Amino acid sequence: MQRLAMQRRGFLSLLLGSTVCLLLQPLTALAALWNKAAFEADKLNAASKILTIDAAVASTDIQIIAPDRAENGAVVQVEVNSNIANTDLIYILVENNPTPLIAQFAFSNGAQPYIVTRIKMAESADIKVVVKAGTQFFSHSKHVVVLENGCG
Amino acid sequence: MAADNMKMRAQLKGGLVEVKLLMSHPMETGRRKDDFGQLIPARFVQLVTATLNGKTVLEAQWGTGISKNPYLTFRLKGAAPGDMITVTWHDNVGDTATQTIAVTAA
Repeated sequence: MQRLAMQRRGFLSLLLGSTVCLLLQPLTALAALWNKAAFEADKLNAASKILTIDAAVASTDIQIIAPDRAENGAVVQVEVNSNIANTDLIYILVENNPTPLIAQFAFSNGAQPYIVTRIKMAESADIKVVVKAGTQFFSHSKHVVVLENGCG
Repeated sequence: MAADNMKMRAQLKGGLVEVKLLMSHPMETGRRKDDFGQLIPARFVQLVTATLNGKTVLEAQWGTGISKNPYLTFRLKGAAPGDMITVTWHDNVGDTATQTIAVTAA
């Protein structure tokens, strides 16, 4: 009788364990997609190393449209356009932010290597855009003077 | 999440479809303090995916540096009026929202 109870307990805990695993699976799958190490890096160089974009070559085929002077660092509109053929990825980084990596965009199935978004800037700094095209990396920067910091 | 969480528009202009979207999200960095000096926990969108008729066209990963109520514009080649564009986001606390609209002629 006791042995049966033990077996049942074992079975129930196994059932519970596997249910928890099943529930957690989508969450961990999602977390695996997000490049935690790169986004939490607190130095531009560290983030660049993790993304392996530290050897990017300067290119004027990347256009960055952002204000020269931003009144409010909490909302700085940035427009990025890449004229580099086969652009797969665009990274946006801000050198003096607490975590410099802002975003990564991956383009496929006819999406143009063009993005407009609004970012936070802690202080005056370069907005650095890195483009990955095939196995090559290119970069371009634009300096923005921030009059009021955006990280509160 | 309510359907009004995202405002979306997709218009065909000069051969390209321009998709504009505005999400409603606090984008808390986790470094800000409230009026009582307590840290406000991080809450920010990490993943944004856009599909055109079910095929992935844009996959974005975001950190805390995207502004509150994120704004995004992107452009698609080879899309036509009537095509369906779906955008989904996921944040770090497990919230998610998704919205689908049809491409319109400008």
